[in-house]
Amino acid sequence: MDWLQIFSNSLSSILSPATIGYALAALGLAVHFGYAGLLNMGIAGFMAIGAYGYAISSLSFGFPWWLAILVGLGASAIFALILGVPTLRLRGDYLAIVTIAAAEVVRLLFLTTAFDEYTGSADGLSGYQGSFRDANPIPDGIYGFGPWMYTANEWWVRIMGLVTLAIAVLVVWMLMRSPWGRVLKGIREDEDAVRALGKNAFAYKMQALVLGGVLAAAGGIVYALDRAASPGVYVTSLTFFVWTALLLGGAATVFGPLLGSLIFWVLQTFLSNFLPALVQAGVLPFMSQIQAGTLRFILVGVALMLLVIFMPQGILGNKKELTFVK
Amino acid sequence: MSSEFPAPDEPTTAMPASPVERPKSTGLHVGDAKPGVAKIDPIIVVDGVRRTFGGLTAVDVEHLEIPRGVITALIGPNGAGKTTLFNLLTGFDKPNEGSWTFDGTSISGVPAYKVARMGQVRTFQLTKALGLLTVVENMKLGAKGQRGERFWSSLIPAAWRKQDDEIEERAMKLLAKFKLDAKSNDFAASLSGGQRKLLEMARALMSQPKLVMLDEPMAGVNPALTQSLLDHILDLKDEGMTVLFVEHDMHMVRHIADWVVVMAEGRVVAEGDPYSVMQDPAVIDAYLGAHQELDLGVVTGRYAPEGAEAAPDAEVQEKLLAAGIAELEEEEK
Repeated sequence: MDWLQIFSNSLSSILSPATIGYALAALGLAVHFGYAGLLNMGIAGFMAIGAYGYAISSLSFGFPWWLAILVGLGASAIFALILGVPTLRLRGDYLAIVTIAAAEVVRLLFLTTAFDEYTGSADGLSGYQGSFRDANPIPDGIYGFGPWMYTANEWWVRIMGLVTLAIAVLVVWMLMRSPWGRVLKGIREDEDAVRALGKNAFAYKMQALVLGGVLAAAGGIVYALDRAASPGVYVTSLTFFVWTALLLGGAATVFGPLLGSLIFWVLQTFLSNFLPALVQAGVLPFMSQIQAGTLRFILVGVALMLLVIFMPQGILGNKKELTFVK
Repeated sequence: MSSEFPAPDEPTTAMPASPVERPKSTGLHVGDAKPGVAKIDPIIVVDGVRRTFGGLTAVDVEHLEIPRGVITALIGPNGAGKTTLFNLLTGFDKPNEGSWTFDGTSISGVPAYKVARMGQVRTFQLTKALGLLTVVENMKLGAKGQRGERFWSSLIPAAWRKQDDEIEERAMKLLAKFKLDAKSNDFAASLSGGQRKLLEMARALMSQPKLVMLDEPMAGVNPALTQSLLDHILDLKDEGMTVLFVEHDMHMVRHIADWVVVMAEGRVVAEGDPYSVMQDPAVIDAYLGAHQELDLGVVTGRYAPEGAEAAPDAEVQEKLLAAGIAELEEEEK
């Protein structure tokens, strides 16, 4: 068993665009669920809209990379508004039902052949990196040390992703310690009580839905920045992976989503290397290497259940502040 | 109305050995004290408000005026429509028909948060302490017109820091008055039921209201705390606020209310000062007991009195059942 390779791969995933993308999406979900109490089960839809908004406006309309990113973020804000107007007046559970359906609608719209010219249907979109790479100020070459050896383009994606994440964390952190965040937490606890104190609960929930949606779209863009936008990525299981990352770190915290995504991806990468290696070494004689690779998704599901039951507050959360049992 | 709630200069209010009887306000109405009587200076005027749940008419008030600057009690049996009327007046529910004004402006159909901003705050029968916010955060949430509650300006601490400090100072003063200051940094979920009632009332006062509407402020509160809650309600009146409260405890109603409105089966069946209202045979029948003489239906004028003796018990029970269901529906809402 090549332990060095396994650990090198695992550590390398700390800086992967997937980790940064998940962290951004989980931060958006923290705004939705952890602070505003909005049960959004369609985070994959927001990520898809961000990624496709970026890819389509780059490829079909030839927008420069920064404008294409703004289009992706703007599209997700509009998606949040459309979703929020009919559902935010309903009780929380209904938002969960509507968002899970809406995310599927979005994915199927990108998958259908009807818009093949723009979306690439099942093949997805790729080759939109030109404008972004042209803006790269780093000279060609390979930089870094240990497990973190990347090309100039790979560094460019990671640096921009980390800058976005830093700004997002700062904004959410400032919002949640302001009176605005106080109102939001009040709505999470009891919407009627907050309305009785003269706050427009609907407007606050809408603002939270849009903010979280834009953050999730930013996550989707970072995730797709260096590779391709494919409808197979934005499936419901992506939503649950982001939920797992969020709950692992702590839903009602600012740094929890970061830590959760980090642990999630390091563990995922470790298991995807380690489990097949175990089979190869003959430790798991009852399964094939491919089966062993899929085993990790089963473990994610088990982990999500155990988290919700035994550690609902997550690693960084205050046990008193967020529990599922009132 | 003063913007601050000054620490009482008489520290004796901290633990009153025996409550000092405060003078009642009188001369509030024009003409005979009958249901719907006009008031000298009404703060709320209700006209023809009707709310039905399916076939059941929960509230059907032809005319009602709530006098300004005094304490009005709203009493009545379970299912009389008191909480439904509260919900309607505060914008938490919409009536089938009818209109009402607050302080001279029509607020029919105005959403709850706008009603609250106009100076009419309420508490809930089932206390709504925001459990996973601290006590002081609960209080600060009550303050109106906070700059930091707007999305963009909340990102600039300099824009709201000073105002927030002022609000916190005011919150701590009020908490001290309600004897909750030692708990200010605890989660509200850790408070006892009675303390949550106190917190909810104190939080409502943070918005500096003109009218405070308390839905069963004494339910589940122990006798020692009841006394201090009563004093707090009387203090509100002294500070120039109007109080409207729903209560079942007749001693409390007699003790603090200046005016009593009695509801039964959705209608106002009697009005008057606490002493004369409690002598009213209709009130005794509808609420205080002794309904062997008259059916509720007779009190509200739906039956002729002579049918009372013949009215079979089953019918009375059916009505009580219907009333009970209405109450349950109200609570579930």
